[in-house]
Amino acid sequence: MSSKHPLNAKAFVANDERMHWHDKALWFVREKRDITSKTIPEWEQLREYANSIKTHTMANLDKYLVEFEKNAQARGIEVHWAKDAKEHNEIVYNILKENNAKKIVKSKSMLTEECHLNPYLIEKGIEVVDTDLGERIVQLRNEPPSHVVLPAIHLKKQDVSDTFHEHLGTQEGNYDPTYLTRAARASLRENFLNADAGITGVNFAIANTGGFVVCTNEGNADMGANTPKLHIACMGIEKIIPRLEDLSVFTRLLARSATGQAVTAYTSHFHGPVVGGKMHIVIVDNLRSPFLKSEKYQKALNCIRCGACMNTCPIFRRSGGHSYEYVIPGPIGSSLATFRDPKKHKTLSFACTLCGSCSNVCPVKIDLDAQLYNHRQDLTQQGIIDSKKKFMLKSASWLMSHPTLFDLAGKVARKVVPLLPKSMLYTKSNVWGKNRDLPQMPKNSFKELYKKGIEDDK
Amino acid sequence: MTSKEQILASIRENRVVVDTKLPSYDNFGMKFDDKFEHFKKMLESVGGHALCIKKEQLDETITSLYPEVKIITSNVEGFTKATFDANAQEDVHNLKDVELCVVEGNFAVAENGAVWVKNSNNKHRGLYFISENIVIVVKKDEIVNNMHEAYERVSFNNEDAYGVFISGPSKTADIEQSLVIGAHGPKSGYVIFVD
Repeated sequence: MSSKHPLNAKAFVANDERMHWHDKALWFVREKRDITSKTIPEWEQLREYANSIKTHTMANLDKYLVEFEKNAQARGIEVHWAKDAKEHNEIVYNILKENNAKKIVKSKSMLTEECHLNPYLIEKGIEVVDTDLGERIVQLRNEPPSHVVLPAIHLKKQDVSDTFHEHLGTQEGNYDPTYLTRAARASLRENFLNADAGITGVNFAIANTGGFVVCTNEGNADMGANTPKLHIACMGIEKIIPRLEDLSVFTRLLARSATGQAVTAYTSHFHGPVVGGKMHIVIVDNLRSPFLKSEKYQKALNCIRCGACMNTCPIFRRSGGHSYEYVIPGPIGSSLATFRDPKKHKTLSFACTLCGSCSNVCPVKIDLDAQLYNHRQDLTQQGIIDSKKKFMLKSASWLMSHPTLFDLAGKVARKVVPLLPKSMLYTKSNVWGKNRDLPQMPKNSFKELYKKGIEDDK
Repeated sequence: MTSKEQILASIRENRVVVDTKLPSYDNFGMKFDDKFEHFKKMLESVGGHALCIKKEQLDETITSLYPEVKIITSNVEGFTKATFDANAQEDVHNLKDVELCVVEGNFAVAENGAVWVKNSNNKHRGLYFISENIVIVVKKDEIVNNMHEAYERVSFNNEDAYGVFISGPSKTADIEQSLVIGAHGPKSGYVIFVD
């Protein structure tokens, strides 16, 4: 099949041991989420609240963004608006230039990844250091993050050790996570202390107070935002929530859904610059507002980036975040990517078994499986899907709309398939046959059994 | 049109999202018979520790927890062992060698082991993160059940533009999901409740 996700997944699956290890690592996180969510009797009510807060916000998004801007400005925060990635990068660069900032410490922000801020700034001669440990690891390896919460989940400690040996001069062959973390701590501390500016993402921006919240376990956003005098925060328009008290719902759901923790180690509320410092916020659209026009996909904008849908997805766990080739991988990323650029991401909505597990764990109740199902219909209607896939689907659809032929085909298959040599299945052209055995054929079709059942009941 | 106008226009055009009501959190959320016990359990699960002592015992308790440390800063009334005045420093970078900070926490949250630290007496926000170890002192009766009760007590004025919920020391599990305590912030954390 000549399409991206299957090809990338094929490469990932080729290392059988690593694939199972990746699968288990994420399932472990998913199980922690289950355990912790069950300690909250009002969990389902919280999800419902989160859903209604987000839906309400999206119905009044213009109003809340304007309210946020007004309140933030009153607190001495400078607010900027960027319609796309290019403008976002230019705004950030200009703020840095005006303040003569050359060394930047950045905290994890999927938005700046989406806008490709790092290469843009580096090209302009600015040093940008990602400070979340996982992000730092992938940055040193020149890779994108493979997960929104666990950026280096695809790597083993040997990989990290080799990377740190090469870039930070750690002992070769020392795989101890504590040793490696301490080495990164020491190195990054130098970066924090020498930085001219800190850039952070935004988990939640609060309309009625004009401030914003950043959640981390490592404290990197806080070191980065509070050590230099200049703090730039970058947020997508969808990060806004109406009231300070609504944070109670999201802070209860976010970490529990993400990693099974009751709350992140640090939940920082920024409502103005440090003494004698400056704070800027860049509000970015970059193809977000069009979601509001779509009844089918509008809920994708409600995502709070906990990553729970990735941890539970049987495809993600076995194909790895990089196979999606989109800044946000997994079920939510597949929907976001396909809506934004269906031609480029035409295979992603098929990287799904429609098992619905993603929708079941989503803390804000996004209808993820329905969205992926809808994308398939839309891609077919727009004639975007792969020609081979299209032929297969058309043939199946034609066969199924002719019941007599379909019954006959079934009868033939039940007789013929048990006689087939295995070489028929294991051919290059039959991708499906990989890692599969020939099915055991039943004597009767379901239809025949059903009819017989009715007769037996009489 | 400015970018702001373009974004707002794009939002207003054809928006089909059907409005829903915002929830009310009155008397909502789990409650605990023994809030301290649950807080302690939650904090310990993330590598922190909680104690309950008399106010007069602050000096001896903290000294026995950290017998080795030399550079200690504090703005907590009743603790007299500070050796370094962080508030006298103009620049937060001067705090880089602080081994222990003893700070006030406004209140604790039983459901998740977090303490709200606003600490208006502290000049540098960076203190909680730059310090090698942290002790947060909270009044014994200042524990709420859950985050809904917590946010009823949170507010911001222009002088107090920052506040943080802290739960345990800094930590990471980015290398093969192995928990390592002490990432960029403190390597250990205590919450001491005083009577």
